[in-house]
Amino acid sequence: MAALTELTAVELLEQLRRRACSSEEAVKAMGAVIRRRDPAIKGYLEVDEEAALDQARSADAARARGESGSLLGLPLAFKDVLNLAGQPCTCGSRILAGYRAPTDAGAIARLRREGAVFLGRTNMDEFAMGSSTENSAYQVTHNPWNPDRVPGGSSGGSAAVVAAGEAWAALGTDTGGSIRQPAAFCGCVGMKPSYGRVSRSGLVAYASSLDQIGPMTRDVRDAALLLKALAGPDPMDSTALDLPVPDYMAALATELKGMRIGLPKEYFVGGSDADVERAVQEAIAVCRKLGAEAVEVSLPHTHLAVPTYYIIATAEASANLARFDGVRYGTRTKADVHDPIEMYAKTRAEGFGAEVKRRIILGTYVLSSGYHDAYYLRAQKIRSLIRDDFDRAFGTCDVIMAPVTPTAAFALGAAATDPLQMYLGDIFTVPVNLAGLCGLSVPCGMTTDRLPVGLQIIGPAFGEEQVFRAGYAYEQATQWRHQRPPIADRTDLQQG
Amino acid sequence: MNYDVTIGLEVHVQLKTRSKMFCSCSTAFGAEPNTQVCPVCLGYPGALPVMNGEAIRYTVMAGLMLGCKISAYSKFDRKNYFYPDMPKNYQISQYDMPLCLGGSVDIDVGGQAKTIRLTRIHLEEDVGKNMHFARTSGVDFNRAGVPLMEIVSEPDLTSPEEAQAYLVALKQILLYAGVSECNLEQGNLRCDVNCSLRPRGTTPLGTKAEIKNMNTFKGVFHAAHAEIRRQTELLAAGEKIRQETLRYDPDLDITVPMRSKEYAHDYRYFPEPDLLPVVLAPETIQAWADQLPELPRQRRERFVREYGLPEYDAQVLVADKVVADYFEETARQAGNPKAASNWVMTEMLRQLAAQELEIGQAKITPRALGELIRMAESQTINSNTARQVFGILFAEGGEPAQIVKERGWGQVSDSGVLEAAVDQVLAANAKSAADYRAGKKPALQFLVGQVMKVTRGKANPAMVQAMLEQKLV
Repeated sequence: MAALTELTAVELLEQLRRRACSSEEAVKAMGAVIRRRDPAIKGYLEVDEEAALDQARSADAARARGESGSLLGLPLAFKDVLNLAGQPCTCGSRILAGYRAPTDAGAIARLRREGAVFLGRTNMDEFAMGSSTENSAYQVTHNPWNPDRVPGGSSGGSAAVVAAGEAWAALGTDTGGSIRQPAAFCGCVGMKPSYGRVSRSGLVAYASSLDQIGPMTRDVRDAALLLKALAGPDPMDSTALDLPVPDYMAALATELKGMRIGLPKEYFVGGSDADVERAVQEAIAVCRKLGAEAVEVSLPHTHLAVPTYYIIATAEASANLARFDGVRYGTRTKADVHDPIEMYAKTRAEGFGAEVKRRIILGTYVLSSGYHDAYYLRAQKIRSLIRDDFDRAFGTCDVIMAPVTPTAAFALGAAATDPLQMYLGDIFTVPVNLAGLCGLSVPCGMTTDRLPVGLQIIGPAFGEEQVFRAGYAYEQATQWRHQRPPIADRTDLQQG
Repeated sequence: MNYDVTIGLEVHVQLKTRSKMFCSCSTAFGAEPNTQVCPVCLGYPGALPVMNGEAIRYTVMAGLMLGCKISAYSKFDRKNYFYPDMPKNYQISQYDMPLCLGGSVDIDVGGQAKTIRLTRIHLEEDVGKNMHFARTSGVDFNRAGVPLMEIVSEPDLTSPEEAQAYLVALKQILLYAGVSECNLEQGNLRCDVNCSLRPRGTTPLGTKAEIKNMNTFKGVFHAAHAEIRRQTELLAAGEKIRQETLRYDPDLDITVPMRSKEYAHDYRYFPEPDLLPVVLAPETIQAWADQLPELPRQRRERFVREYGLPEYDAQVLVADKVVADYFEETARQAGNPKAASNWVMTEMLRQLAAQELEIGQAKITPRALGELIRMAESQTINSNTARQVFGILFAEGGEPAQIVKERGWGQVSDSGVLEAAVDQVLAANAKSAADYRAGKKPALQFLVGQVMKVTRGKANPAMVQAMLEQKLV
């Protein structure tokens, strides 16, 4: 049975199709792995195995009736920021403790229609704000490669459970790198789709003009499979565009002849750790061997991306999080209050964590009368310039390759002492969100400390096919996807 | 010192869409609290707004009726403030790129015509309603998310009378445009009044104060008067007017400053990222323009031209679009616009006023009234009978012919029957007949009356009179 949980999602689905195993057996097998490993990882906030088994049995029954679905019987983990009808959705925050979502998110509904089974909620930085998952109000998640390191964030729980073999695949969300960065830190694949590719309906908003839901998987093919199911329009989200969804798996190939890879000169100026720089350069060399041509491109406004991101994202967040006021749902202060304003203040003071408060205050400030033009308006203008940078670059290349992060996973506790340093770690990921592009994180090596490094492949808006193609060809030409973190061995040995 | 008054109005008009602005919840009035709500209009985490295209169309139609420039590109913004009646603690509104710019409303005060310029019209969502009980408070969110169109005037109004005339004219046009029920009792039309004074003859506007949330035209009129009094007294005492928000207390007939907490000042507007900008193609705007009804003034002119109605009658009829529609249909049914106008102007409006009803509440249909007019014109019934039949139709509805038949009210024009009655009356009133012959003309009317009496009012009076005159030569 151990082998079953080691498969990729595509492989598991093949087993299910061939009736070599049932979805129920798969859920049970994964439940056993989770019980063994997650106490050390703490990637899941909750695993509702009974509910998952019910769904799995329904999927098995559907298959027995001859029904099909691209994900029929495939169990998935999901970030705690997504609405599943009747399920808790806390966003890693105390303020939503006990809250249950009334309906399925648009993307979740699509997966359900394809027959997916939902295994459990994964840990995250509160309201997706953070790069370490330490901002969760509930627990600290550990990196499967080294328990003293962070898994990244904000989708750190999803990345950790996929990397630790506690899920075949998981859903994350990415506002400034929250899928790609934890995928890189934990050594799994993470896809941030183009803005408008996947419905945001039922995704609790952090920054509405940047948020996207995407898959976190063991290999590129699984990500292509899941994005095909996730993507498409939704009558409940007018920003989810009605464009045809390509068959991403059909776009995968093992050579890269004719592909032009753009290397932004601003991304390779010695700002990254040597191990990271080396791994990415080696990955580019592999791609050239596969037939790709490397060209230098320039993204001259790169140095403005992080401040621009932290102005726009926090401005939107300050409004998005205003609804958590204790009036209609969520927790409300138990203190004596005399008017609604005091009730809001106490409820929010008790319910939100430090990083969320920091960003709400930042966002409120940049929108305030007298500062609005200097910060928010200027940031919007720079956002256009950053978009223009990429438009020009994609005139001479098909995809851009870069590191996902300047460093590998940092130590637990490091971000808390220096939040600015944590913000600066987003330098290679936030431009993609600001420009509405797609970006894939693929494992491309290990540091001398035995921590994974991620290669970022950036494509133009709605250019997911060429990104998947490049990622798959590179991945198949290397062995990184077969690396397993030591956590698996340690816990499995202890248990048995 | 004497002061010139400057008033500008912000009118919030509830559009008559069946569903809310960003979700499919009903906008029907009067439902139990919190029965017309969903995750979107309650601001649940993850719920997103999706634009109701009808709200855009209605706003553009109103803008076209009011002569506004329609924006080919407009967008929505978030207006941020905390209040329990606001589900998201921000309101989706339009800040710097509204749907309609400019435009105007013509008013007439004391025979003086004047054009009031509009600044803009934008679209926004309504908020919920706070309710206070003995020990607790609650919020009814049924109204949250209902589409509101805000019509902002330039400060062109110079008196409470003009303000009221502006509201009446605006309401008339909105009803004509068919974009709002304009039902004041249901809060369909709410108004903020900006008011300032400046020394007579000077140009720079004085500091304005804003009276919030007035929901009757009379209220606006009285509140504006009260505010002018307040500001005049302050200025007379040498004090400065503060830019502030007030509410009107109708019992004391004064305006009272609101607590600053009730009204936030920095709304931190920014573009609503959950909605796409509204891009209107010229063909779309043209197609909507083609659906526009006539303006009241155009219709008045047409009534004079087409139906030969006197100017005054035309004006009375077009004042209310529903009345004008009723008249036109009645005229068509009766085949006689002049008679239709007379009936609607006199019987209809008199009865409506007496019973304090709207024309839609009367039971008499234009078809029934048209038939009644035909019967009266063809002298199937006399005019007294016709009025009686009208009364029954007004209160109970039904078919005129049926009513006349059931009650035996048909007018008698059969000359044989009439002659018998005339002869009977002449035989019984020899003295009156003699008087008439002797030159006492009024005696004829007495005799006609007697014939009507014996025929229980059904005789055709013109025929009776002609017959008597002939017999008494």
